[in-house]
Order: sequence, then C-alpha cells, then structure tokens
Amino acid sequence: MSNQIFVVVEHLKGKIEDITFEMLGKGKEMADASGGELVAVLLGSGAEGMASQLGAASKVIYVDDANLAEYNPQAYCKAVGSVVEANSPKMVLIGNTSMGMDIAGGVSVDLNIPFVAYASGISNDGGTITSALYGGKMNVDSSPSGDGCIVSVISGSFPADAGRVDGSPSVETASADLSGLTIQFKRLIEPEGGDVDITQQEILISVGRGIQSDENLPLAEELAAKLGGAISCSRPIVDSKWLSKTRQVGKSGLKVKPKLYLALGISGAPEHIEGMKDADLIIAVNTDPKAPIFDYAHYGVVQDLFDFIPALSGKL
Amino acid sequence: MNIIVPIKQVPDLVEELEINSDGTDLDREWLKMKLNEFDDHALEEALLMKDDSGATVTAIALDGDDIDKALYAAAAKGADKLVKITGVSGNSTHEAAKAMANAIQGMEYDIIMTGVQSVDDRDGQLAVILAHYLGNSHVSVVTGMQASGGSVTVQKEYGAGMVAEFEASTPIVLGIQAARETPRYVPVAKVRRAQKSSTIEEVAAGDIGVDAGSSVSKMYKPDTGAGAEMIGGSAEDQANKIMELLTQKGIK
Repeated sequence: MSNQIFVVVEHLKGKIEDITFEMLGKGKEMADASGGELVAVLLGSGAEGMASQLGAASKVIYVDDANLAEYNPQAYCKAVGSVVEANSPKMVLIGNTSMGMDIAGGVSVDLNIPFVAYASGISNDGGTITSALYGGKMNVDSSPSGDGCIVSVISGSFPADAGRVDGSPSVETASADLSGLTIQFKRLIEPEGGDVDITQQEILISVGRGIQSDENLPLAEELAAKLGGAISCSRPIVDSKWLSKTRQVGKSGLKVKPKLYLALGISGAPEHIEGMKDADLIIAVNTDPKAPIFDYAHYGVVQDLFDFIPALSGKL
Repeated sequence: MNIIVPIKQVPDLVEELEINSDGTDLDREWLKMKLNEFDDHALEEALLMKDDSGATVTAIALDGDDIDKALYAAAAKGADKLVKITGVSGNSTHEAAKAMANAIQGMEYDIIMTGVQSVDDRDGQLAVILAHYLGNSHVSVVTGMQASGGSVTVQKEYGAGMVAEFEASTPIVLGIQAARETPRYVPVAKVRRAQKSSTIEEVAAGDIGVDAGSSVSKMYKPDTGAGAEMIGGSAEDQANKIMELLTQKGIK
C-alpha cells in the first residue's frame, strides 16, 4: 500500500464540481499531516486541460478514453478500479453524489477494499471516519480494517476553497480496459425552464413532509406571498408530485443561498442540508425538537405548523 | 420480463433512536421498523412496469424483524413471488448483498431494482454492491426507465435538476430514487388477505465470506439544537419573535 490519498474528480459539461475541491482540500490536509501524496484521478476525453485547476494535488492521474467523454457509470467504475488497483492508495475519496454512488461500492467489491459511506469527517491519519447516518440523527465513527479504503464524502463537509488551487501538477497518463461496456450514454436532459429560479430568490419558504398534504400548500404559499418570497421544498414533496422538481432544495435538487430560509416541517436529512446550509438566516419550524434541521438553523421553533403558519401570516 | 425487488426494513426515524450499551449501534430492542422508503419506490416502479407490460415481480428480503409483514405487504400491492433469505447474521450492506447475490444467482431476472440508499447503509448502497457481486452493470439514482426487449433506457438524476439518459442491456441492477408515481398504499385488511393467500419461499444465505471491512468504534447523536437559538412559547409568541427578528434583519 502506498501513502497516497486519491481524489476522484467529478466534472460535468466541462466544469469541475465543488465536491472535488472539497475533497482535494481535505485530502491535502491529510497528505500534509501524514507526509503522503495527494493525487487527483481525472477521467475524460480531451479533458487534460482541467489538470491546471487541480493544483492542490501534487499529481494528476489522467485516463483519456472516448468512452469517458461523457460520464458513464460502468466506464467510470472500470477506470477508477483500474487506477486504484495499479497504485494501491491508502485512501480513495469519492463524492457521495449521484456519480459517486455508482462508483464507490463497485470498486469496493471488484478490488475487495473496505468502503465507508456518508463521510462527514475524516481524521487526518485516515484512521477514523465519521459517517452521518439515520437521516443525520446519528453519527458513527469507524475504522477501516484492511489496507486501503474507499470513502464517499457528503458534499459540503469540507470547505471547497482549501482545494481550489490553480497550478501545474504533474500529469501521469494511464489507460483502462473499457471494452465490452453494456451501458451507453445517450443524452443530458436539462431542467425545464419557465418556473421561478429558487437559486435567485432572497426569501424561500421551504416545505417538507410536515406539511402533510398538498391541500395544505396554499397556507405556505400565502406566507411566501406576504413575505415576498417563493416556495421551495425537500425531496419527498417532489416525489409526491406536490411541487415541481425546479422547487427542490438539496443533493438531487438545487443549492440555494437566500437571505431567509424558512424551513417548515423539514427534518433536515443530510441530503437536504447540503442544499441550504449556507443561507444567511435559517429559521426552522418542526414538531420534533430533536430534528437535525435545528443543528443547522439559526433559530428554531418547536411548534405545530398549522398553528405557527397562520400565526405568522396574520402578522404580515 | 422478470423483475426482482430487494426490500428491507429500516428504523422509523420519526421515533426516538436510542444507542445500545456498547455505544456502537442502535438499541434495537424497542425499535419501530418500517419499509425503506426508497425500496417502496423501487417496488412501485416494478409494479408499474408489471401493469404496463406484464412483468413478474419478485420481492426478496433478508430475514429480520417484521420482514414477513413487509413481504406480505409487497404481495398485497401486486408482487407475484416472495423470497426470504435466512441465516445472515451481520448487518452490513456487503453481507446483505452477498447473501442476495447467492440467492439471486439461481433465479431468472432481467432487472433488479432496489432503493437507491437506506438510512443505515454505512458500508455503501445495496444496488451497486449487489450488482458487482452478480457481475451485472448498475446505475444509481434512477428516476425513470423504459424497457423493451433486452434493453432498458434509464434516466439518472444528477444535481440541480439535470438528468442523464443511458441505454443499457439487461440484466442490470438499478438503484431507484423515485418511482413515476407515488408508491401505492395498501390497507391492512388486504395485507392480511395476502398473508393467507401467498407463500414466502425461504432460501438459505449460503457462503458469505465478506463483511463491512470496517469496525464501528462509536455511535453518537450530533449535538441537536446546538446550532439554533430556540424560540419558546405559544405559536402566537413565537410568531411575534420571528416578526421581530425579520424586522431586525431588514427582511420585513
């Protein structure tokens, strides 16, 4: 096993995603503390130019292949597996993102390497990993038992700025056998336009499961209108088709940073927190005093929504 | 078309979670369990495909608390076959996936669909790990699919409302984020009837030989409430305080 920390670079439409810089920042801290080497693993086709944005790493391992021109779950699994197998790094950091969730577990099985998911913290020696589980209600510290470990990192766990370093790390090219793929990329479908852009709103009234029924949405809409803001929501509301995808805040939705984020009946699963924790003022209303949302809110109100919303609306 | 849907029971997060005396796991004695919500979506998507084109849907689960009830509920919703895997002691995803792979290897299937994640899959998500033990391809965070012949078109959700579409050949394992429709509800009476009319086939887990690959030293609650300044009183008092706050911050 080498003393290397690998970070798998995530990019879409030519842009490196923030999670990559967050992991590079953390990886750099770990490498510096342990005298190890931080290596960025970049996959793509004609994408080597991105290496200049990966200056936090001392080396970039780049796999160039036509099958990697667009993200492909199977091709990425094979390519990451191949690079990891050839180098046996001490730790591989992969985003706990839509892409990372395709890759981390697969490489773990193919190479028989431990996998610790949902990491929100990692000790600098790599010996202890904190996972946020049970919808953010419990933290679990664990230690990998073997040599090498794959860790999937929750977005927003580490500051991106620490990893956003321009430079000219050395680029080592590698190849991977990507023959026999049974999955082909077809197309990207952009989100439908036309709706309110919640990322541009200064005031968001955000509803979660606690709203109970779409029949109760007008209560929140009235409050939003009176406050001059827009309605947003957590994932279950979109899954129930009560609001459109364009209104969803969180990991699979949008990241927002309004002046006011009023969370109504949102428990605060890590996937939701990712999307709103940087709002200037977060006020959370929930019936459960132990709801994780109160960890991230500036002000908390334990109250029945159907008592609180009319009370606040009445004052506006 | 044969669809297999692995399902599992997870702790109901609405209930208070307590930590065991070792401080390494939940105190499972009084835990209230419910079906993993993403598995419910996977089952729904499978049943919608059955409604559309006549697939055979098999719900499969590891033995555990309340699992019979969950399997019968799946039958009541429309699953054709129920399989329970016995003899798995550990609770890691790797063990569960290996046991499932052993059981599924002898079955005919085109698509395996299960929930994209669960609240307790510390060593990774079942779908991808199961896929790799079976040697199948995999896509996670799936929000739509259309199957025809030996291929399936899959929509996978990225962040910010962006969706990628892939064309894949079967067999394939899919981690389902959301079904096309809200998962159907079945009344208890119908589950009881399903319990009388359907059979759960039991399959031994076979050779597992894998584990989570990491050991838990500590489980603890994050400092709930530490971040927020809590505003007490009646709804009226609280609304007054919030109004003060909004005025003070220049928001209203």
